[in-house]
Order: sequence, then C-alpha cells, then structure tokens
Amino acid sequence: MKIKGIAEATANAIMQEMERNDRIVVLGEDVTYWGAVFGFTMGLFEKFGRKRVIDTPITEQTFMGMSVGAAAIGLHPVVSLMFVDFLGAGFDQMFNHMAMNHYMSGGQFPMSVTVITAIGGGYGDSAQHSKVLYSLFAHLPGFKVVVPSTPYDAKGLTIRALRDPNPVIIFGHKLLTGLPFLPFEGIEEEVPDEPYEIEFGKAAVRREGSDLTIIAAGLMVYRSLKVAEMLQKDGISAEVIDLRTLVPLDEETIVKSAKKTGRVLIVDEDYMSYGMTGEVAFRIQAKALKELKVPIERLAVQDVPIPFSKPLEDAVIPSVNAIYEKAKKLVQ
Amino acid sequence: MLIKPEPTIKDLGFLIENNGIKASDLLNMHRRMLLSRYFEEEIKRIYNQDKNPFNMAVGVIRGEMHLSIGQEAVAVGTLYDARNEDAVISTHRPHHHAIAKGVDLNKLAAEIFGKDTGLCRGKGGHMHLFDKSTNFACSGIVGASFPQATGVAFAFKYLGKDNVAFAFAGEGAANHGTFYETLNIASAWELPLIIVVEDNKYADSTPKSFTTATTFHYQQGLATNIPSYLVDGMDVIDVYIVAKKAIERARKGFGPTLIETLTYRYVGHFEGDAEEYRTKGEEELWSTVDPIRRLESKLLKLNYADVETLNEIKEEAKKKVNEAINFALNSPYPDPSEAFVGVFA
Repeated sequence: MKIKGIAEATANAIMQEMERNDRIVVLGEDVTYWGAVFGFTMGLFEKFGRKRVIDTPITEQTFMGMSVGAAAIGLHPVVSLMFVDFLGAGFDQMFNHMAMNHYMSGGQFPMSVTVITAIGGGYGDSAQHSKVLYSLFAHLPGFKVVVPSTPYDAKGLTIRALRDPNPVIIFGHKLLTGLPFLPFEGIEEEVPDEPYEIEFGKAAVRREGSDLTIIAAGLMVYRSLKVAEMLQKDGISAEVIDLRTLVPLDEETIVKSAKKTGRVLIVDEDYMSYGMTGEVAFRIQAKALKELKVPIERLAVQDVPIPFSKPLEDAVIPSVNAIYEKAKKLVQ
Repeated sequence: MLIKPEPTIKDLGFLIENNGIKASDLLNMHRRMLLSRYFEEEIKRIYNQDKNPFNMAVGVIRGEMHLSIGQEAVAVGTLYDARNEDAVISTHRPHHHAIAKGVDLNKLAAEIFGKDTGLCRGKGGHMHLFDKSTNFACSGIVGASFPQATGVAFAFKYLGKDNVAFAFAGEGAANHGTFYETLNIASAWELPLIIVVEDNKYADSTPKSFTTATTFHYQQGLATNIPSYLVDGMDVIDVYIVAKKAIERARKGFGPTLIETLTYRYVGHFEGDAEEYRTKGEEELWSTVDPIRRLESKLLKLNYADVETLNEIKEEAKKKVNEAINFALNSPYPDPSEAFVGVFA
C-alpha cells in the first residue's frame, strides 16, 4: 500500500502487532480520537477500543511509571509522549526505572516498553514544543533510540520495537508525519502490507557519493539529500547516510563511508554540545583518522532554545542552505 | 491505642474471632515481625561496626542504609494475606516489606552485602531490591512506587487476574504529585491497588507538620472516592483487619483502598543520622507501643502462647537471621565483568 509519511506507517505497524500480541496496550494523552495528536496511534482506537487504547490523564510521570509496572508483569505498553518536550514531566520514571530496572534487578525484570514521541521544529511552535532531545536518551544506558525517516522504515522499525524486550523510544519528526496540518518534507512510498522488521543498528545509505559523506537522522536526512542534489550540479558527489537508530549506532557503515570519501559533515537538529554530532565524530576519528582529508564538520542547533519568530527559527534549525554552505566549504 | 481505645482482653477476643483470625495467624505475624526486627538489628550492627569514623564508602555493607525498625507491623499486617503472585512496590526503606512478602532472606542479605548470590547479583543493593519470584520491587526515588504499582494493578486487571498490587510509601512521599495522580487514576479505573502510607512523622529530617497541609493523608483518598482508613501502625492486628478487607475488595474487582498507618521508626532516617530533629522523649513514648512487644503481651493474655513458646519463636528467628547473614558473608563478590552485562535484555 502507498503511505505518505511516518505517522500512518507507525500506526499500521502497531495495529498489526496488536493483532498478533494481545499484551500490547497503548497508553498516553489523546491516543484515541486524536491518534496521539501526531497520528502515531491513528485508527487503533476504532479497531481495538478502550480496553487496549487508553487515554490517560495528563500525568507523564504516572503513565511512564505505570508502563514500568505493567511491563514488569508482562505487558508491552506502547506509550505516547505527545511532544518529546514533555519528557521533563515524566523523566524520573523513564531514566531511573524504565532504563535501569532490567540492569538493577540482575536481569529479572525486562522492560518491554515502546515510547513514541514527536520531535522537531520548523512550524513556529517555539521552545517548549520543538525540541529533538534524542541525544539525551541515547546518553542514558538502557534505551534504544530509533529515528525513522521514511514510511517503510517507520513500519519496520516500529515492529522491531514491539518485539523487543527493552525500552525503545521512537522519535518521529513532526514534519515527516504526513499530517495535513503540518508542513511535509518526507516522502510517500510503497510499504508492504504484511508485517516486517528492520534490524536496529543498520544505517541506510540514502545516496551514494565519493567526495563527501553527510550523516543525518530524521528530517535532516531529507535536507541533506536536497543538498546532495545541489552539490551534484556543482560537480561534487555527496554520500548521504541515514542513521535510523542512534542506539545501537551503525559504526561500521559510517566509518566505511568516511574512509571512502575522506570528508564528513554531520547534520543534526538536536542541540550541538555533548550531542549526537560529537559522538559520531568521535567514533569516526577513532577508526578512520588517517583516511580523513579534512577535519570532521558538524551542523546542529547551536545551544540555544528554539525561538518562535520565523527568521529566528530558520536561523537556528539547520536549513538546506546552511547545510549546503557547510558541505561546499568542506570540499573546497 | 493510638487512634482507638485499646481493647480489653475480652473485647480483643471478640475482635479476633469476628474477623476470622486464628491463633496461628497471630503467631505467624509475630514470627515475621521478629524476623524483620532481628534481621535489621543485625544489618545495623554489621553496617556500623566497621565505620568508625562514619564513612559510607567503607565496610562490609557500603552506601546508605535505611532501616524500618519499629515499622514492622505495617508490612506484616498489610501483606499477611498477600499471595505470592500479588505484587509489592516498595521504597528506599524496603526490608520489612521484602521480608513480609516472603523474599528469600539469604538472597536479600547477600544483595545488601553486594554479593553475587544476591537477589540482583549485587547490582541493586539495599535500595533497589528486586525479586521476580515473589513479584517484589522497590525504588530509591521518593514517590516512584505509586505509579509503578498502579501499572502492575492495571496489568493484573487487563490480564483478568485476581491479584493485588501494593504501593508502599512514607508520609513524605504522599506530598509528591505521584500520590494524587495515582489516587485519581486507580479510583477512576477501579484498579486492584492498595496504597499504604507509612506515616513515621518525618520525611528524612523534616517533621510532617512543616510540609503537609492535611493532618492525615487518608483524607486525600476520600476526595478521590477511595475507601480510606487510618490505622494504628504499631498494632499488627489493627493493620491486618483493614488490609484483609482491602485485599478482598481488590480481588473482587471493587477497586483500590488507601491505608494510612501511624507508625514510628526507632532508628534514624539513615544509619549515621544524628536525629537532631526529634526528642528523646518522643522516642521513649513511641517505644512504649512497640508493635512486637504489644503483640507478645496479647498472645500471652489470650493464652495463644506461653513464655516458652515465645522464646522458641525468638530463637528460631535469630537462627534464620544468622544463617542469612552467614550466607551473605561467605558468598563471593560478582566478577567485575558482570558490571558490563545486562543493560539490555
């Protein structure tokens, strides 16, 4: 079937897994009529009803904590954290419990929880509703961190998450959801009707190239692909890698590409310092330093909150032009 | 005695009979309270013996140590009718709950000592005890037990089981947002949850009166339409009578109960606590209602046991404790490589 954007594809994956596994329940704010606002649970309520698709009060710490308790007894909660920005309200239950109970219990209590959250800006929602924050979770041992960019990936990675005994957080970019009330920078593509899994820790080479490697995730993959096309006209061949999962990280693919092109630009919509760009750069230099022709470059949100006003927001979130300028400079 | 008149022996006999309590039940409760008391007294002794001057990082038992000496009746009374599959989510002060739930004493001791034979192979420690075999868990984060037990109760209901989840927390945790959130959702969804507030008067060092607007937390339960009770936490019979009804109610699908217990810890918030926030006089007053001595005297007056039997029970408990401590002391530490496994299942 043809699916536009990652939201419907994610919902389709959850639906098929719920049919297969009656221990999956969906919890969170507005998960019934509103499909978790960004569409990740669309259609589930109509199919499974309130017994399995459950609107919670607006109490992040309670529904995250409930997921910890329910997973301990063998359920697989799918929890919608409407905006990743709301993480603060429920973070204790996530990082002190969900991420650690398996380890602290000496392996007795696996935490089979899938958290789905919406990330990113670019539509004027300002500082408290536009963050990305996946690096924060990737920093904490115990979470698997998934950033789908295509409908095909969204379905396959979500099914993989729902079969994983560990806490997996799926970060879906709002501008890739394909919902009518938001700008759309993603794609519509053919997605298999039947369930399928995409393995975690396998990056996708979205475009092959020889002069430069651009590494990105989520929305930034599309902006990087546009840049690769622009560079092509300048006679520069850029390879674009979509990380797909930050934990586990596909070191092999990125190192291989860095060795091939000798030039690396890492593009990230999360904050720059102590984040994904630094981690990926470290992994590359540790294994490909000799092959690098120039120092690794990065582009990310420069450690400021996402501002409201359009010219300010555009200046902060890596744009096609900003990526293009950086990439061009790296090759010259 | 703390809330209601202390019954005469005649009235006590009626009360016990009326609630279907047998002599053997009271003797078992006595055994469990003693086991918890002796176990913690021994932990306290060993914890402190090699910390002079006091230093948390040294000694056979490292880190913080929160003991529940004085609060045994709360754990034993509430959990006496709990089944093995019923779940307990406890707190940073978890030993009495663990023992009352039937967690293996040897493995419990070994975990507190950081040994490979411990419940969690030494990865949790005294504040992070987990035991899948008795559905027991706890958290060192104040207020964290409420939503987790709510999730367990949700899972029991979803799976069609007649099991019950218990959330234990101190009166300090009842000021946390999770408390109200849990009362609200457990009541709205009629979950098989029993919330036990152990009011030992002090949140760490802070007297309840300085931080808490209500005198009693059971009042907050009533506001969310939850049957809520205030009980004498130093009287295991008073605790048990309410808990028994709460458990029956939850098993039948009638929803949650809040039990607030008035209790007292005879020791500091943690070992090493100078306890400058309370008076000796208060401690002495509460020692007159020691839950173990109170039950002991009732057992004698009711003719459920003689002095000799009580002594045998004491010896038996001491023996179990010694076995557990020796098991822990003689167990090996985990191999350092164990630190790097188990982040993911």
